[in-house]
Amino acid sequence: MKHTISVLVENKPGVLARVAGLFSGRGFNIESLTVGETEDLAVSRMTIVVGGDDLILEQVSKQLNKLIDTIKVIDMTEKQFINRELALIKVNVNNGNRSEVMQVVNIFRGKIVDISSKTFTVEVTGTDDKINALLELLMPFGIKEMVRTGAVALTREWQKEDTKKNR
Amino acid sequence: MKKKGAEILVECLEREGIEIVWGIPGGQAIPLFDALYDSKKIKLILTKHEQGAAHMADGFARATGRPGVCIATSGPGATNLVTGLATAYMDSIPMIAVTAQVPTKLIGNDAFQEADVIGITRPITKHNFLVRDIKDLAKTVREAFHIATTGRQGPVLIDLPSDVQKAEIEFIWPEKVVMKNYNPTCKGNINQIKKAAEEINIAKKPVIYAGGGILSAGASKELKALAEKTGAPVGLTLLGLGCFPGTHPQFMGMLGMHGSRTSNLAMNEADLIVAVGARFDDRVTGNLAHFAKKARIVHIDIDPSSISKSVRVDVPIVGDAKTVLAELVKQCVSRKHPEWWAKINEWQKAYPILYSRKGALKPQYVIEQIYELTKGKAIICTEVGQHQMWAAQFFKYDQPRTFISSGGLGTMGFGLPASIGAQFAKPDSLIFDISGDGSFQMNVQEMITAVEHKLPIKIIILNNGYLGMVRQWQQLFWKKRYAGVDISIQPDFVKLAEAYGAVGMRVTKEEEVRAALEKAIKINDRPTLIDFKVAKEENVLPMVPAGAAITDAIDYKDVELA
Repeated sequence: MKHTISVLVENKPGVLARVAGLFSGRGFNIESLTVGETEDLAVSRMTIVVGGDDLILEQVSKQLNKLIDTIKVIDMTEKQFINRELALIKVNVNNGNRSEVMQVVNIFRGKIVDISSKTFTVEVTGTDDKINALLELLMPFGIKEMVRTGAVALTREWQKEDTKKNR
Repeated sequence: MKKKGAEILVECLEREGIEIVWGIPGGQAIPLFDALYDSKKIKLILTKHEQGAAHMADGFARATGRPGVCIATSGPGATNLVTGLATAYMDSIPMIAVTAQVPTKLIGNDAFQEADVIGITRPITKHNFLVRDIKDLAKTVREAFHIATTGRQGPVLIDLPSDVQKAEIEFIWPEKVVMKNYNPTCKGNINQIKKAAEEINIAKKPVIYAGGGILSAGASKELKALAEKTGAPVGLTLLGLGCFPGTHPQFMGMLGMHGSRTSNLAMNEADLIVAVGARFDDRVTGNLAHFAKKARIVHIDIDPSSISKSVRVDVPIVGDAKTVLAELVKQCVSRKHPEWWAKINEWQKAYPILYSRKGALKPQYVIEQIYELTKGKAIICTEVGQHQMWAAQFFKYDQPRTFISSGGLGTMGFGLPASIGAQFAKPDSLIFDISGDGSFQMNVQEMITAVEHKLPIKIIILNNGYLGMVRQWQQLFWKKRYAGVDISIQPDFVKLAEAYGAVGMRVTKEEEVRAALEKAIKINDRPTLIDFKVAKEENVLPMVPAGAAITDAIDYKDVELA
C-alpha cells in the first residue's frame, strides 16, 4: 500500500543524498519525492510517497528517524491530510478538437498556460488520482510531453478522531 | 589564542581523552600530522596501510569501550579506510576517522588525490561531516564523538580540507554538545518493562538471547542477574561472547549457524525469547519462516530500527540494556524451571560440540590447548572463517571484551590489526590473533607495526592451505568443486615472521602444541607467530546450512558417518 511520508530535515547540503541513499541501499521503493524549504529556512520538508507493507513502512520511518539530520518523520497516511501534485501536460490539438480539450481541462479545473497552433500546455493540480484521470482523458488527443512534481502534503489542522484516511 | 585548524583538531582529540591515533600521512594531511608532532598527550602510531589503522582503532575500541581514532590522507588514504569503517559500522563500534580532503576550492574538480569521501562513506558510517568552515571545526569534533559514543554506537568520519587545516581562528572549546535533533532513547519505557516482566514471570520455557549490545552498554552484571533470577538459559551471538560467562551453568553456547545444537533447539522450543542487544541477524535465525514459532518475543535494544526489522516483536523496549535490565530484574520473580532445564540438559548431553582427534593435527585441539594453558585469561582476536568459528566454539569467554571479532561484515584481515589495537589498549593482557592462512595474508603488512612497538601478540595460524570456510561450503553444497580456494602455494610463515623481526615457530603434531604455546606466552618483547599445519579438510560443525531452519543442523555425526 502507498504511504505519504513527510520528513522534516535540516536544510543543508548532502541531506537529500542521505535520504535517497537510504532508500536505494535498503531497497525501499520511492514512488515520488519532493523537497523544498519550509517556513523555517533552516528546515526542509521532503514529501515521499513510498510503497510497501506495514513492516517495510515501519522500517522506512525508523531508518529515516535514525538519520542525524532528520528532525521529524510523519506518516501522513495515519492522519487526515491534504495532498497535491502539479502537472504540466503538453497535449496535441487541432481545429477540430480544441474546444473539446478546453472543456475537459475546465472540468478538472486546469489552466491552459501556453498555446500554439498545434498544442495546449495544461497546468493542473490535485491528487495523483485526479491527474491520472485527466491524463487518461487527454491521452486520445496525443500527449507530446509531460512533467509531474510528485506529491506535496500537509496534515489537516483539524483531525477527526476515527477516520483513518482522507484525500 | 588563535590556532590553526589542524591544531584545533588535535586539541579537541586531546580534550576528548584520546591518547593514541593510528594513521598514515599524505599530501593533504601534512598540516594534521604536523600538529600531532607537537602533541604531548597523543601518540601517533604509523601503520603500513590505512585499513590496518582503521582496524587498530576498532580493536582498541572493542577492548576498552572507548572510541578509537584513525587518520588518513585524502583520496586513496581515505578509500583504504572504507573496509575498516564498514566493519565498525556493522558491529556498532565507536570510532572516529579523520580524513584530509583537497582544499575547499578544488572540491569537485577531480583534483589530485581527491575522492568524494563523504559520498563513499555515507552508508557505512553512523554519520559523517565535511568541515568547510573552520568556525564549525571544534563543534563538529564534539558532535562526532557524541554521535559515535551514544545511542547505537558507530563510526563517524570527519573530512577536513587542507585549507581548513591551515586556516586560523580563536579556539573556543564548546563545553556542551547541543544537538536538538539527536536524542537517543536510553531509559526504557516503564510500562513496557512491566509488560516484559509479566511475560517472563508466566513463561514456562524462557530463553535469553543476548548480543553485542550488552557489551556496548556494559550490562554484563545486569544480564547475569536477570538470568540467575529468572532461571532462563542463555544463548549468545558471536559478538556477544564474553558478555555472559562461558563457564556459567546457564550458558547454552553460541546461537546460530555454527552455534550449539542446544541453544538453537531451545530457541525453537521456547515459549518466550528475551532478546537483549541483539538484532535477529540471519546467521542467528536461519530460515525466518521456521524461526521460533512457539515463542513470544521481548526485544530490548537501543536502536528502534532493530526492533521488528525481521522478526515481529511482542514487547519492544527501546533503551540502554544496562538501565532496562536493572529495572527488569527488580520486577521479575525468582524461577527455576526444572522441567525446562531437564529438556535442555538432555540436549546438552545428546549434542555436545565434538571433533575427532584422529589423523592430522586438528585446529580445534589447538584452540582447546590455548584455553587450557591460559585458563581463559586472554583476549582472543580473530580473523574471519573456520578458525573464527572454532575460536568461538572451543574457548570459553568469561569476561566481557575478551573476544574481538568481525561479526556483521565478516572482514578477513581484521584480526591482526585489531589485536595490535587491543594490545595498545591492554599492554598487560595476553593477546592472541587466531588466524587462518588466508586471512592472515590480508593485512600481513601490519606485522612490522607490532614489531616496531614490541607488542607481544601471539599469532596463531591454523594453516590448512585452503580458504577453508568457502571450501567447506563447496564440499557440502557445491559437489566438492573447490573453485578458487587452494592457497597451498604460500610463503614460509616462519621465515616471514623472522624477516619481520618476530619469532616464528612451526607445529605439525599434537605433542608439540603445548610446548610451542608455552614458549610463545613467555616472549614479551615481540610478536610470535606459530604456523600450525592442521588437517586440510576439517569442517566447522554443527552447521545450519544457509536458508535452513536453525533446528536442521548438519552435525559431527552426519559428516563422520557419511
